Amino acid sequence: MTTTVPPGTAASATGVPHSDVDPFAHDVLEDPLPMHAALREAGPVVHLDRYDVFALARYDDVHAALVDWQGFQSSAGVGLSNFRYEEPWRPPSLLLEADPPRHDAPRRVLQKVLGPRALRRLREGWAADAELLVDEVLSRATAFDAVAELSTAFPLRVFPDAVGIPKGGRERLLPYGNHAFNAFGPDNDLVAKGTPRVAELSGWVNAQCQRDVLSPAGFGADIWAASDRGDITPEQAPLVVRSLLTAGVDTTVHAISAILYAFATHPDQWQRLREDPSLARVAFDEAVRWESPVQTFFRTATTDVRVHDVLIPEGSKILMFLAAANRDPRRWADPDRYDLSRDPSGHVGFGMGIHQCVGQHVARLEAESILTALARRVATIELDGPPVRHHNNTLRAWESLPVRLTLG
Amino acid sequence: MTATTPARAPLADAVASLRVTGKQVQADGVLTLELAAPSGNRLRDWTPGSHIDLILPNGLTRQYSLCGNRWDATTYRVGVLLEPGSRGGSAYVHEQLQVGDLVGVGGPRNNFPLVPSEQYLFVAGGIGITPILPMVHQAELLGADWRLLYGGRRRSSMAFLDELAAYGDRVLVRPEDEYGLLDLPGFLGAPRDGVRVYSCGPAPLLAAMERTCAYWPPHSLRVERFVADDAGAPARIAPFEVELARTGTTVTVTPDVTVLEALNRVGIEVLSSCRRGVCGTCETTVLAGRPDHRDALLDDDERQADDCMYVCVSRSRDERLVLDL
Repeated sequence: MTTTVPPGTAASATGVPHSDVDPFAHDVLEDPLPMHAALREAGPVVHLDRYDVFALARYDDVHAALVDWQGFQSSAGVGLSNFRYEEPWRPPSLLLEADPPRHDAPRRVLQKVLGPRALRRLREGWAADAELLVDEVLSRATAFDAVAELSTAFPLRVFPDAVGIPKGGRERLLPYGNHAFNAFGPDNDLVAKGTPRVAELSGWVNAQCQRDVLSPAGFGADIWAASDRGDITPEQAPLVVRSLLTAGVDTTVHAISAILYAFATHPDQWQRLREDPSLARVAFDEAVRWESPVQTFFRTATTDVRVHDVLIPEGSKILMFLAAANRDPRRWADPDRYDLSRDPSGHVGFGMGIHQCVGQHVARLEAESILTALARRVATIELDGPPVRHHNNTLRAWESLPVRLTLG
Repeated sequence: MTATTPARAPLADAVASLRVTGKQVQADGVLTLELAAPSGNRLRDWTPGSHIDLILPNGLTRQYSLCGNRWDATTYRVGVLLEPGSRGGSAYVHEQLQVGDLVGVGGPRNNFPLVPSEQYLFVAGGIGITPILPMVHQAELLGADWRLLYGGRRRSSMAFLDELAAYGDRVLVRPEDEYGLLDLPGFLGAPRDGVRVYSCGPAPLLAAMERTCAYWPPHSLRVERFVADDAGAPARIAPFEVELARTGTTVTVTPDVTVLEALNRVGIEVLSSCRRGVCGTCETTVLAGRPDHRDALLDDDERQADDCMYVCVSRSRDERLVLDL
C-alpha cells in the first residue's frame, strides 16, 4: 500500500475524499486489505483520481448500489471500460452486462436452469465424485498443492459435464475466465498478458456454446430448450451458455481455494466442521465473505446519483469493493476473523439484487460436496510452505496452496 | 449464532407488510391500490406480467397483476375489479381497505413473462389490461413493433384509457356496446413467424384467442387466466409453531417476525442471502404442514407440492409446520 487516504486531508474542490491509489497494481492485488480499510475510513464515496471513478467500500453503500439497477446500470459495462464510448473486447454478456428490460428473459431462464430445485438431480453424483477425487488425491500423497489437486480438479471434473461440453479442450476454460475477469480492470500488464490468446480461447469457448456441440442433457441443453419454447431467442442461447463458461469456473476454483486456505490457517474451525459437517454451507459462505473471490464490480450512473452528500455525475463509473464491504466493521463484528459461528448471510460476495450470481447454488453444491468428502477423511489441514497469490484485476486467488493433511 | 453479528442485518421489511398509500377509482368498478413499504425502502423487483399475492387483513389471499412502473422501486400498483358475488376479496378491497392499512404481500411471481420478440400483439379484455399495461410500456422501450386490442363492456368500465392514449394508434379501444365482440381474426391477421401474442381477460376471450391462434406457430400465443378465488386455507394471521424435526425444538412464530428470524433467535442457523424470497439460498425442506408461500421462486405446481419453503419470507397456513432442520 503506497497510498493512504487520511480522512479530511485529501479532499477535492468538491469536498469528495480522493485518492491516487491503483487498486489494480500488483502490490495492492497481493494484499488489498489495507487499501480496503483506508477507502472505508476515508468516506462513503472516494474519488479514485487515477481512473476518474467513484469508489464505494462500505457495506451499506455497496449493498445499496448493487440492488439499485435503476440508478446504477450494468449495460455500460461492469468493468472500468465504459461501453458508451469504448468497444467491448467481446459481445457483451446478456446477463452481467445488461439492464432491464433486456436482462429479464435471459436471467429468468438461467435462474431456473441453475435453481436449487434443478440442482437436486446433481447432488448425489457430485457427492460421489468428490469422494472419488479425495480418495484418489489422498492415495497419492498427504502433502500437495491444494489449488491443483482439489480446488481446480473438482470444479473441472463436475461443472463442464453439468454444462454438457465435450471433454477435449477444457484446459482452455481457466485461461478464458481469467482473461475475462482481468478485462474488467484497466488495460494493464495482466490484460496484455492474456491478449495474445483471446482469439483462440474465444473461438473455442464460442464453439462450445453451439447446440450441436452440447450434450443432450445438461445446463447447455436446458438453455437451448428454453429457446425452443421462445423464452429466449435462438440468437441469445449461445451467449447465455457462454455466461456459464465464463463465470462458472475460475470463480468456484478460487472460492474453494479460499475455503481450504481458511481451514489451513484456522485449525479450530476445521475441527468444528468435522464435528458438525452440516456447517459446510455456512463454512463456504463465510469463506466467500472473508476472502471475496470476486473483489470488485463497476456500475455506471444513469443519472446524477446522490450517495450520502456526494453527487456522482451521470455517466460516471462507480467501483464497488465487494471485498471491502464484506469486512466492513460497521456490518460485521470482528470482520477479519474466519468464524463458523458467524452468520455470513447477507454478504455481497455473490453480489446482490437482480445481478446476484445466478450460479451461487452451483458453487455452494460444489463446495459442500468437496468439503463433506474431505471432512470425512481428513483430521487436520495445515500449510506446508508459503502459499502464492495469483493476481487478477477482479479475482482474489491463489496460484498455489501447499498443504499437509493428516488422516483420521 | 447471532452472537458475532451486529443486529444491523437489513431485515426491516422482511415480514413483507406493505402500506396502502393510494386508492384511486380508475373506471366503473375498477380501482387501483398503491402499496409501499412502511420504511419507504425498495420493494422486491418485478417484471411485466408479474403478480403479487395480497394477504388482506381479513385473512383472504388474492392475486393481482402489477401494473405500475418498475423504474419506481418503492411503489407497487395493482388494479382491482369489484367482482359481483365476491366472497370477500375484491369487495373487501373496494369497500373496507383504507389508505394507511397494512396488507401482507407474497411474490412478485411471474407466470406470464414477456419474452423477446421484435413484434407483439396484445389483446386485453376488461381487467385483463392490468398485466398488459407494463408490457406495452416495455415493448415501447425496446423499440418493438406492437399493437394492443383492448375490449370491455363499455368505455366507462375500461381502466387506464388515459394512460394508453399516449401510445396513439398502436392501441385500439373497442368497447362492446360500441363495436360488438372483438374482431380477433381481423386484429391478428394471418398466422406468421416472429410474432408473440399476449392475451389476458375473461375465459371466453381466452378460448376465442386459442381458437383464432390454432394455426399459428407453437408458442406464439401466451395467455394469463384470471385466477379463481383462492380455494386453499387462508393465511394465518395468528402465531404458528415450527417444529424442527432434527433438533426436536419447537419455535413459535409471531406475526411480527419471519420464520428465519424466529429460528435465529433460538440459535438455529439457516443460511440466507437476499432475505426477500428471491435468491433461493434459504430453501428448507417441509416435512408436514402447508406453507404460506410468499417467495418469488416457486411456480404454482411447486407451491402445491408443499415440500419446501423459503423461510426468509414464507410463513404457514397451518397451526404447525414441521421442517427438516
